[in-house]
Amino acid sequence: MTAQQTLLGGASAAPERAQPVPAPARGFAAAGMTGAALATAATWAVAADLVGAATAGPWRWALGAVAVAGALAVLAVFRPAWDAWRASRACAAALEETDVVAARRLAARVRESAWTALGAALAVLCALGAIVFVLANDAAVQKTFLDGALMWASFPDIARAFATNLVIAVVAQALVLVWALVLALARLAPGRAGRPIRRLATFYIDAVRAVPAIIVIYLIGFGLPLAEVPLLSGLNQTWYAILALTVVYGAYVAEVFRAGIESIHPSQIAASRSLGFSYLATMRHVVVPQATRRVIPPLLNDFISLQKDTALVNVIGSIDAFNQAKILAANNFNLSSVTVVAVLFILITIPQARLVDRLLTRERST
Amino acid sequence: MAFLELEGLRKSYGGHEVLKGIDLSVERHEVICLIGASGSGKSTLLRCVNALESIDAGTVRLDGEVVSGAGVDVNLLRKDIGMVFQSYNLFPHMSVLDNITLAPVRLGGLPREQARARALELLRRVGLEERADAYPDRLSGGQQQRVAIVRTLAMGPRVLLLDEITSALDPELVAEVLGIVRDLAAEGLTMLLATHEMGFAREVASRVCFLHQGCLLEEGPPEQIFTEPHEERTRMFLKSIIEAGRL
Repeated sequence: MTAQQTLLGGASAAPERAQPVPAPARGFAAAGMTGAALATAATWAVAADLVGAATAGPWRWALGAVAVAGALAVLAVFRPAWDAWRASRACAAALEETDVVAARRLAARVRESAWTALGAALAVLCALGAIVFVLANDAAVQKTFLDGALMWASFPDIARAFATNLVIAVVAQALVLVWALVLALARLAPGRAGRPIRRLATFYIDAVRAVPAIIVIYLIGFGLPLAEVPLLSGLNQTWYAILALTVVYGAYVAEVFRAGIESIHPSQIAASRSLGFSYLATMRHVVVPQATRRVIPPLLNDFISLQKDTALVNVIGSIDAFNQAKILAANNFNLSSVTVVAVLFILITIPQARLVDRLLTRERST
Repeated sequence: MAFLELEGLRKSYGGHEVLKGIDLSVERHEVICLIGASGSGKSTLLRCVNALESIDAGTVRLDGEVVSGAGVDVNLLRKDIGMVFQSYNLFPHMSVLDNITLAPVRLGGLPREQARARALELLRRVGLEERADAYPDRLSGGQQQRVAIVRTLAMGPRVLLLDEITSALDPELVAEVLGIVRDLAAEGLTMLLATHEMGFAREVASRVCFLHQGCLLEEGPPEQIFTEPHEERTRMFLKSIIEAGRL
């Protein structure tokens, strides 16, 4: 039998491939060392600057301690660099004894360690860049954005106002869940009879997603009181904000729900229908419960955006954290109070972002 | 008049005609096995019978009553005609017991306790009583398919449609599912099953129907179909099955 006739197509006749002879990768080792030295020199320079810039008092001691700790910590970059250097020399020695396997292993170690050192050095340099920026122009950046005393003083007022943001976010999220599910089901309304509802829901979702959230908030917050609609015009600012965010995020979350519902395999619907369940009963008992579970991570992502957009309601004058911070910033001619708001948003958002990541990981593993 | 009657059933997807006028009558307590190559229309035929697919022409009669076409309450019809699928299609977010009791409680109006008792009784009969609280993803394929059969039986159907219910199973799990079908046949349940298990069809069927490209080419008692088929196509189909070592 010739090679062409086999199913393998003569793969067994392929020429042997040989691994190349390794080199000691001295260049890599040298680069690792250079990176470590550069990071260390830069850190020491910045540390000296930091101690010099600080005013007297306990603040100076704290900064000094941080500077010394940083200057010592940066020496850790030398560890992988030194390891690369040693492995490179060992590799050269192994090559001299023509031990190719050992040399290959050592050369790989040189590259791995050298890259580790370079990566660490790059991270250190980036962090130093940020510190230099804050200290620039006689620490003007620090004084404008990070004035410790002012941040401390404005914290109570801002934290109190931040409660308004939280109330708006939580109530709007609850309403969005309901409204979005209604919109998603309307958008998926089946058959010819469902067409008008389908079109209407599609138009709503498209239109609302096209309009910037801040404009919807503005229109509702100022428009409804002017229009003097019974019931709706008597609400307070917080409720207008909740209403506006529900209108906006209902459209986004409806698309999330729709994706979830459409991701349920048609065989599930066939099974439910074959038992005698109607379309709506199938949605209620079989499709929506499964879809909801599936869309929790993207849903939480939209909820995180919603929380952040509660800061937009300052355009209609509700005293939320951002508005309160702006007042304080204007009074003191300093933006540190706004930084406090940013920090508060970071504090509530990061745990949720991590939660989303964990849910996604869990979903992928099952 | 036969219990279940199909007359001139036609179904097309786009321009492709999947069923080209099927006539079939099924008497009470009969077990009809549909055999034929993939794409011959077996599954589509079953799906048309309980209206999961709409039909383009022809009628379906159950116990003398026309149950196809406009104006028929398909939800009511499906309580009479149950269906079990190749891929089990259990509801993954519900326990075994909830899968089985969902329809009897919500549609049959059965009190929850009564539905539970009946479900447990049925599960005992298929040997799965102790898995009542498990979720489908904790069951083997054979166990899932047995639960799916029980779920359909819980509605007390008068006709059972089985769509290649062992095709997705590992070979060693086929027997436990077929055993149940065998019991149901012995109890006199009217069944229509599409299957690739020729040995089983030969054993359990009252009649075997050979489908070829949307036509019911040949029907007859299993002994005749499997030993001396009249049609050349049937002979070729059975020959390829034997060559694959499946008969």
